[in-house]
Amino acid sequence: MLRKGIALAALGLAFLAAPALANTNALPPKEAHWSDSGPFGKFDQAQLQRGYKVYREVCSACHSMNLMYFRNLGQPGGPFYEEKYKNPNDNPYVKSIAKDYQVDDIDSETGDVVKRAATSADAFPAPFPNEAAARASNGGALPPDLSVIIKAREEGQEYVYSILTGFGAAPPAGLKIEAGKYYNPYFPGGVIGMTPPLAADKVTFDDGTKSTVDQQAKDVVAFLTWASDPKAQERKQFGLGAMIYLLIFSGLLYASYRRIWRNVAH
Amino acid sequence: MSGHSTYEPKSGFERWLDERLPILRWSADHMMSFPTPKNLNYWWTFGAILAMCLGVQIVTGIILAMHYVPHESLAFNSVERIMRDVNYGWLIRYLHANGASMFFIAVYIHMFRGLYYGSYKAPREVLWILGCIIFFLMIATAFMGYVLPWGQMSFHGAVVITNLIGSLPIIGKPVTTWLWGGFAVGGATLNRFFSLHYLLPFMIAGVVGLHIWALHVPGNNNPTGVNVKSKEDTVPFHPYYTVKDGFAMSVFLIMFAVFVFYFPNVLGHADNYVPANPLVTPAHIVPEWYLLPFYAILRAVPDKLIGVLLMFGAIAALFILPWLDTSRVRSMRYRPTAKLYFMIFVLACIVLGFCGAHPPDQQVINGFATFQLLDSDLNTWVWLSRIGTLYYFAFFFFILPLLGLTETPLPTPESISEPVLSNSANAPAGAAASPEKRG
Ligand code: HEC
Ligand code: HEM
Repeated sequence: MLRKGIALAALGLAFLAAPALANTNALPPKEAHWSDSGPFGKFDQAQLQRGYKVYREVCSACHSMNLMYFRNLGQPGGPFYEEKYKNPNDNPYVKSIAKDYQVDDIDSETGDVVKRAATSADAFPAPFPNEAAARASNGGALPPDLSVIIKAREEGQEYVYSILTGFGAAPPAGLKIEAGKYYNPYFPGGVIGMTPPLAADKVTFDDGTKSTVDQQAKDVVAFLTWASDPKAQERKQFGLGAMIYLLIFSGLLYASYRRIWRNVAH
Repeated sequence: MSGHSTYEPKSGFERWLDERLPILRWSADHMMSFPTPKNLNYWWTFGAILAMCLGVQIVTGIILAMHYVPHESLAFNSVERIMRDVNYGWLIRYLHANGASMFFIAVYIHMFRGLYYGSYKAPREVLWILGCIIFFLMIATAFMGYVLPWGQMSFHGAVVITNLIGSLPIIGKPVTTWLWGGFAVGGATLNRFFSLHYLLPFMIAGVVGLHIWALHVPGNNNPTGVNVKSKEDTVPFHPYYTVKDGFAMSVFLIMFAVFVFYFPNVLGHADNYVPANPLVTPAHIVPEWYLLPFYAILRAVPDKLIGVLLMFGAIAALFILPWLDTSRVRSMRYRPTAKLYFMIFVLACIVLGFCGAHPPDQQVINGFATFQLLDSDLNTWVWLSRIGTLYYFAFFFFILPLLGLTETPLPTPESISEPVLSNSANAPAGAAASPEKRG
C-alpha cells in the first residue's frame, strides 16, 4: 500500500515537473540588427523618438519606468536632445511632453493633495498606484518596470524584440492557454500574461515611417535600450579616448623599458 | 635583503628629517634601491598590478559610498542613480564592478605563479600565508560587495551562502543569525554587509603591508628558484622594475578598459538588474565567476556539511602548502613531472569553474548517453566536478608530498646570473649538475 502511494506520488511529481522543465525551453531570441551595437554604434535619434512614442501610447498603460524623468528625454544622447538646449529643463519639447501629465503635489498653503501639470523635473508617472492594483488589472500577472529591462534579461534587445513580435503562433498540442493568457514561444514557459500589445498602425509615426508591428517593436526596443543605460554612448566615446591614451602610454613605457634594460643581461 | 641602507640625505631638510623620522630613508630602501633579481619575468608584475587593483577598488568604492544607500528599498535605485545622475557615476560604478573581476584575474595569476615557482617554500612561508589571508579577505569582500546592489542575484546569493554557514554544527545557527541581524536575509543584513564591505579592504591593505614586509626580509624569489648569491644577480628596484611593472600595469589597464567601456555587464549576471524579491527565486543561482570553482567543490558532494567543509578545505589547503610540498627544488622549471601535474591542476581549476556555472544534473556533452554511477549519470556536471575536486585535493595532499620524494629533478643552475649569461634557462652549465639529484 505504502509502496503504491510513493509510486503514485512520484508519478504526480514527474507530471508536475514536466512543465517546470519545459519552462526553461523557450525559443532562443530572434536575431536583429541594432544601430547602437559595437564600439562605434550610435542611436538613431528619429528611432528613439518613435520608440518613445510607442512606449508612451502603448506600453505605459501597463508598465512603469520608475527611474526615468522627463528631463532625461532631453539630455545628451536622448530622444529630444537639441544642441541649443544644453540644460534639458529648457528644452521646449520636453516641457510640452511633461505638461500633458498630471502629477500629485501638496498645496503649500492648505496641505491638501492637489494635481498639477508635470514639469521636466518630474518622474514618468506610473500607471498603477501599487503592485496589487497592477496585478488586479492584468489577470494576476505583474507588468515589470521597464527602466532597466534590456540589462535585466540575457540578450535583452533580441529578447524583448522577440517577445513583442512573437505572438500569434498556434500553441503546441497539450499546452493549455487560459483566458487572459497568451502563447509566446520566446517567453519562458510559453504562456505570458501580457495581451499582445502591438498592432499595425496602432501608433502613427510623425516622420512618416510605416507603422508595422516589426517597426514598432524595433523602435521601442531602441528606446528601452537607451533608457536602460542612458550613458552608453558617452561611455563608448570616452572609452575611445581612454584606449588611445592607454595604447600610446603603453608604447612609451615599453620603449623606456627597453632602453633602461638595454645593458642588463636577463 | 639589502642589509644596510644606501640612502644618502641630499639636502639639509632631508638630513633633519632623517634624524627625526627616517621615512624617506625607509621609502628609498624599500621602493627605490631594493635589490631585486634581474631575471624576473612578466608573471612577477602581477604584484604591482594587484596593488593597483586594490587602489582602484578603494578609490572608486569610497566615491560610490558617497552616493550609495544601504537600504532594502533604496539600494537598487541608488546604484542606478549613480549611473544616471552622478557625474561620471557610470565610470566609477563600472570600474568598481569590473575592477573586482580584474582583481581576481590578477590574484589567480599571482597565486599560480607562486605555486609554479615554489615561492611558498622556506624562507617565504609567512609571506605565502599572508597572501592566503589576503585572498580569503578578498573573497569575503567581493561576496559582500555583490550583495550591495540588492538585485536578485545579490539577495539569493546571500541566502545560499549564509545558509551554508548555518549547516555547520553547533556554531552554524547562531553565527548565521548574527550575520543576518535577524532570522532571514533582509535590511539589517544589507546594512552590516555594507559596513563590513567598507572595512575589509582596509584590512586587506594592512595585510598587504605585512605581505610586502615579509617579502623584503628574504627578498624576491625568481624563475630559477635559486637564491640570490651576489650583487651581480640583482638590479635596484627603481628604475628597472618600476618601468617593467609600469608597462605591465598599463597593458593590464587596456584589458580592464575594454571591459569597462565596451562590455561593462558581460562579467555580471542579468538577473542582478532585477530588484531583489524574496518571493521569486531565480532559475539558477550562481556566484560571480571568480568564486565558481569553490561553488563547484561545494556542490560536488550530496551532503551539505561535507560540501561546506570541502569548500573551506580547498582554501585551507593553500595555507599549509609550504609543509605539503616535500621537494627542496623551488622552481618547477627543474621539476618536469611536477610541471605536468601543475598544468593539470590549472586545468582542473578552470574545469571546476565551468562546473560551478552549470546545474549539477545537466549533461556535459549534450545527447551523449552514459550510465548511472551512484546518484547521477556519469555525463553530468556533478561528476565532472567530483573528478575536478578529487584532483584538486590529490594535488595538494598526495601528488606534491610524494613527488618531492620520488622525482628526479633537473640540475638547477649555480646562480641566477649563470643561466642568464649562458642565455639558456633549461640547460645550465654542467658544473651544477650533481648537488640536487633528489628533491
Ligand atoms: C495591457 C497591459 C500591457 C501592455 C499595454 C504592455 N504590457 Fe508588457 N507585460 C504586461 C504584463 C501583465 C506582463 C507580465 C507577463 C507575465 O509575467 O506573464 C508584461 C511583461 C512584459 C515584459 C517582460 C517579459 C519577461 O521576461 O518578464 C516585457 C519586456 C514587456 N512586457 C514589454 C512591453 C512593451 C515593450 C510594451 C509596449 C510595446 C508592453 N509590454 C505593453 C502587460 C502589458
Ligand atoms: C578589496 C577591494 C574591493 C572589492 C573586491 C570590491 C568588490 C565589490 C563588488 C563585487 C561589488 C558589486 C558590484 C556590482 O555588481 O554592482 C561592490 C560594490 C560596492 N562597493 Fe566594493 N569592493 C572593494 C572595495 C570597496 C571599498 C574600499 C568601498 C568603500 C569605501 C566599496 C564600496 C562599494 C559600494 C558602495 C558598492 C555598491 C555599489 C555597486 O554595487 O556598484 N568597495 N564591491
